[in-house]
Amino acid sequence: MLRLDALTKTYKTGDKALKAVTLDVPPGQVIALIGPSGAGKSTLIRCINRLVEPTSGTVMLEDMDLTGLRPAALRRERRRMGMIFQEYALVERLTVMENVLSGRLGYVGFWRALTRRFPQKDVDEAFRLLDRVGLLHMVDKRADQLSGGQRQRVGICRALIQDPALLLVDEPTASLDPKTSRQIMRLICELCAERGLAAIINIHDVALAQRFVARVIGLRFGEIVYDGAPDGLTPEKLTEIYGEEDWEATIEKVDEEETVEAAE
Amino acid sequence: MPVTDTSQGPVWRLRNRRETLKRWFGWLLGIAIFLWCWARISEATTWFFVWDAPRIAGDILDRATPPRWSYMDNLWVPIWDTLNIATLGTIGALILAVPTAFLAARNTTPSRLFIRPIALLIIVATRSINSLIWALLLIAIIGPGVFAGIIAIAIRSIGFCAKLLYEAIEEIDHSQVEAITATGASRWQVMVYGIVPQIMPAFAGIAVFRWDINIRESTVLGLVGAGGIGLQLQASLNTLAWPQVSLILLVILAAVVISEWVSAKVRGAII
Repeated sequence: MLRLDALTKTYKTGDKALKAVTLDVPPGQVIALIGPSGAGKSTLIRCINRLVEPTSGTVMLEDMDLTGLRPAALRRERRRMGMIFQEYALVERLTVMENVLSGRLGYVGFWRALTRRFPQKDVDEAFRLLDRVGLLHMVDKRADQLSGGQRQRVGICRALIQDPALLLVDEPTASLDPKTSRQIMRLICELCAERGLAAIINIHDVALAQRFVARVIGLRFGEIVYDGAPDGLTPEKLTEIYGEEDWEATIEKVDEEETVEAAE
Repeated sequence: MPVTDTSQGPVWRLRNRRETLKRWFGWLLGIAIFLWCWARISEATTWFFVWDAPRIAGDILDRATPPRWSYMDNLWVPIWDTLNIATLGTIGALILAVPTAFLAARNTTPSRLFIRPIALLIIVATRSINSLIWALLLIAIIGPGVFAGIIAIAIRSIGFCAKLLYEAIEEIDHSQVEAITATGASRWQVMVYGIVPQIMPAFAGIAVFRWDINIRESTVLGLVGAGGIGLQLQASLNTLAWPQVSLILLVILAAVVISEWVSAKVRGAII
């Protein structure tokens, strides 16, 4: 359903962020993208919806080549790709409802957007989604009054109300505490399963990735160095992705955390 | 080098000997220039008038008190005109400043090479000329009266408002804009959802601040015939009607105090 073919991004400074990345995402598959900072994870998902313009290569969403689209057609295709951000990227001075409904901007005209007169079925859907993530009581709060976990839930609603086929998720848990991180990851994966969404999730936390997804891609210096099941991430593989470190300790720690979680 | 090595180990001083001498010399030079300037000014001043100043000031104060309260009947309309000049001028300036600011901000301008320099030129040009001079020009073009005052205030304020606003636009959080763009929103929708909410507090602050300044500026516009209370002030000064002058100054003071109070309240409510 999503196919990247020899996707390359070279920044003006000469940094090669992506070197001919080829990747196939089947429908409904949730993928974790891991790798050290600067490996090109953010660039990769931003090249898919062209928030960052790829230098060469193609991005095929179903049968549509996104890389050659003109602005109007690109906006139409962006509606099918929901995006969730690291620092939530909510519009801080708008209410929760306005933030969720902003996910429908691709479907409504300018005046309706300006006067906030969204179709009733969009509003109904927004209420349903907020109820699903447990924020129905926060509808009229301003986004800057919410806690981190709550903001990320609003961010998830904003992405889902687009009725996307694919979720692009950029470090969803990087600004959250460990417990909230797990809740948010679980929520994203559950919602993907409910709706049959494919997703690419950038994530730093290897343990968290291993817990929740079926396929892990390791990126290093803009190249894919690992593509496979989460339990195939041996210390040798992690060393290849991240560099030399005592990985046994990390893996043991994961097990400890899991027993703590199970005891709760 | 503030650290010097001695036989007892390294010693630290804020400045070494040479820097200290340099600073002393700098101060000496500064004081010498000041004294020389003082001497020059002193030669060019007719000291008789200066020694006389307290007596004259006292004399004017004597004549100006008590203010001629009955003259107030002639002032209600001019002070209302003054407030209108300031308010309408500020509104006009904001209407023109908003697009200018969007064209001037690096992250929203359609073209950094052509349009941005033009927008910056507008900002600099309107800011560099005082509103009194704008008023003189406009009176020559559209004749004396309140309308010339409004336009003068509006033009003078464009640069101020646009400059502060475009700086606010350049400082917005880009990730919010990115998030709105990612939903498939159009350019204008991104502006309304991603940018405008972020600059609203700055916009409100700028608007009220400029209105506050414009009330003060519009009180003097009448001096050149552009309407408002300045006209009465000039007439009273020309006829040496000091009790009227003192009343007008009191009225202007009251207007400015009230405007400061209003702007503080409004700013507090919005931000």
